Amino acid sequence: MIPELGQFSLILALLLSVLLSALPIAGAHRGEALWMSLARPLSAGVFVFLSISLAILAYAFATDDFSVRIVYAQSNSLLPMQYKLTALWGGHEGSFLLWTWMLSGWMLAVAIYSKSMPLEFVSRVLGVLGFLLIGYILFMLATSNPFDRIVPLAPTDGADLNTALQDFAFIVHPPTLYMGYVGFSVVFAFAIAALLSGRLDAAWARWSRPWANVAWSVLTLGIALGSWWAYYELGWGGWWAWDPVENPPLITWLFGTALIHSLAVTEKRGVFKSWTVLLAILAFSGSLLGTFITRSGLLTSVHAFASDPSRGVFILAILGLSVGGALLLFALRAPLMKSEAGFGLLSREVFLLTNNVLLVVAAASVFLGTLFPMVYQALTDDLISIGPPYFNLIFVPLMMVLVLFLGVGPYSRWKRTSSTYLWQQLGRVALASIVLGVLIPTVVLLRFSLPAMVSMTLAAWIVLTIGKDIRSRVANKAQLKTGLRSLSLSYYGMQAAHLGVAIMLVGIGLTSYFSQERGILLGPGDSVTLNEYEFTFIGTERIQGPNYQADQASIEVTRGGNPLTTLTPQRRIYLASGTPSTEMAIDAGLLRDLFVTLGEPKEGGAWSMTLYVKPFVRWIWLGSLFMAFGACLAAADKRYRRLRLRQEQAAKARGTGGLATASG
Amino acid sequence: MKPHRKKKLGIILFVAAGLSMTVGLTLFALSQNIDLFYTPTQVADGEVEPGQHIRIGGMVKEGSFQSAGDSLSVQFAATDYAHDVPIHYEGILPDLFREGQGIVVEGAVDEAGIFQATRVLAKHDENYMSAEVKAALEAAGVAPEEHAASGAGSRPAFLPPES
Repeated sequence: MIPELGQFSLILALLLSVLLSALPIAGAHRGEALWMSLARPLSAGVFVFLSISLAILAYAFATDDFSVRIVYAQSNSLLPMQYKLTALWGGHEGSFLLWTWMLSGWMLAVAIYSKSMPLEFVSRVLGVLGFLLIGYILFMLATSNPFDRIVPLAPTDGADLNTALQDFAFIVHPPTLYMGYVGFSVVFAFAIAALLSGRLDAAWARWSRPWANVAWSVLTLGIALGSWWAYYELGWGGWWAWDPVENPPLITWLFGTALIHSLAVTEKRGVFKSWTVLLAILAFSGSLLGTFITRSGLLTSVHAFASDPSRGVFILAILGLSVGGALLLFALRAPLMKSEAGFGLLSREVFLLTNNVLLVVAAASVFLGTLFPMVYQALTDDLISIGPPYFNLIFVPLMMVLVLFLGVGPYSRWKRTSSTYLWQQLGRVALASIVLGVLIPTVVLLRFSLPAMVSMTLAAWIVLTIGKDIRSRVANKAQLKTGLRSLSLSYYGMQAAHLGVAIMLVGIGLTSYFSQERGILLGPGDSVTLNEYEFTFIGTERIQGPNYQADQASIEVTRGGNPLTTLTPQRRIYLASGTPSTEMAIDAGLLRDLFVTLGEPKEGGAWSMTLYVKPFVRWIWLGSLFMAFGACLAAADKRYRRLRLRQEQAAKARGTGGLATASG
Repeated sequence: MKPHRKKKLGIILFVAAGLSMTVGLTLFALSQNIDLFYTPTQVADGEVEPGQHIRIGGMVKEGSFQSAGDSLSVQFAATDYAHDVPIHYEGILPDLFREGQGIVVEGAVDEAGIFQATRVLAKHDENYMSAEVKAALEAAGVAPEEHAASGAGSRPAFLPPES
């Protein structure tokens, strides 16, 4: 009975979404204050009913209600409680409910934190989100109902959660990724609301900027968590594989990165308006595309859910309707978008435009490489795959050029910058970066690698330009402290995020070119030296986990005779499904990771295993943390709150005059 | 030409130059990095040049797996139940690798006709067969369903059939 209540609650959420997508938008169009005032309560209602659905499904998982089909398929009575609850998003239906609920959560946040925006604008934003929710909930009810039952005889136990998913990262990675993904729907809704109203001044950019920053920040975290998980779970020491399902979040992220930069130009200078709107639509399309790819069964990959063609068609319909409609609206309104100012060929506007072009081209090339095998198969019937070399060949040079501009961009001025000024300021910085980039890998690490030098040079370039920029900004202040305090939070946010890029570059450069790995067969007592570390295999023992049995190996690591740590990789057999799974052992450090994966037992107690020494690999995720933190810092700038106050006063002064602009 | 037109033209030319360069580079990169997919039958028929980097999909033939006691090298045969391809691999196999299981291998055939694999992929979900393996079996006229869950063998009997 209880699961049926969940489904009922889902249907109620659908009905409220229908009202939400119709009344407030119509009200905004006709200037009916009463209809518009329904937007916030309706949003809250949708959120409440979706929350009830989610809670009921979680309850079914927690109480082992195997009559619910997805509980049977994804859970098991032996599963520890934290995995029972999170097994909810271990399959297509449950994860889509989570996705939909996240969207309603963002919607509720917009409803709450939008007091300063005109009511007609908020009504349109919430209405657009309501329209998306109709699509998502209908999709669930029609093709992937999470509350489906197995009747008449319920199984006595479940088939178990895929063993690869029984891990801490599974608890945090999918929700974070979804939250970031879905956040771009909010920015999309802002853009569509602006298009609908026909009021395409810089105001919508100002309102959506904090939202775009937060969504981007969460998406960055989500992707980084996925990368970290793949690194320690999949057991080959890689942090990015250009997997067809890793790519759509990256595409969205690239569009999103372009978007948050373009929004800055639109807000500050009133230019690039139509481009920014287009980017908002593209970023949102990227998120829907990711959904389509993972859930249509078009691609086969670790992430792909079991396929069902009708789902693919349905998502394609949602994609076509929302993105097609948005583009149509965009085409109709584009002539209204006029730049408010001009700018010179060498100006911050142009540098940011370059940033946008590079990011969009990178996104397009990743998109091409991801979808090309499918198109090729449709045309020729031959199966092909596009390997990492393609992506590296295109993506890496583009990002290198981007980083060069990243250094110049913050230093340049709006409107016009003279080239001699830039050269005077940055010429020596460039020279210093090259010197540092060449020296650090060769002198400190005593090894020679050209690609590593290039990435260190680029990282040094970022760090030095940041340092110089801050110094020149506080130079005319009497005291360093007051100077530093006078800089805005959003400025610090930007520099923190850019510093994150530098940190990540160091990590990528050093770990890609200085990592060492060795596959080897070791008997008990044998040892092997890799880099300056000596690994000694002690032996294995049988241990018993909550729902698995494992052989656990002990490997002592010493360095120059000093004991460092003991690594204990495992090879598990999960009892419910009989599936084997290997658990790596990692000794993590800021400067290097030591990493062991266990293979197979051989004669005489010997085991095959792979040993890795990976310098600076943590810096990749550390850099992501800086980026995510920076974006949040920028979103928290009190400038936005001040603007709100000013707008509130202006709105009061205008009285209800704001509504008159609604017809458009 | 008015100055702002000139500026716009400059930007457009700059963007166009960048785009065409990228498109050229992209197409070049694509053409260099396509791994074609072959079935064991196609390989046995000699459709593949030695040294050509390809992917093969198939099942690990029952009874074909041999592992050296003193090193990491393993030998097995990939089959579509019509033809077999002998495969040599040096390294640690994925968790779900076992006889009767669908796999995809990357690498090249050497002069002796043995496929030297650089990567072995097995699916994370044992009830699930990758499209490539399925295509190989279908091409050889074998119904993939008969072999779909064969490696797992642990499905409790009291479970209802999947709808």
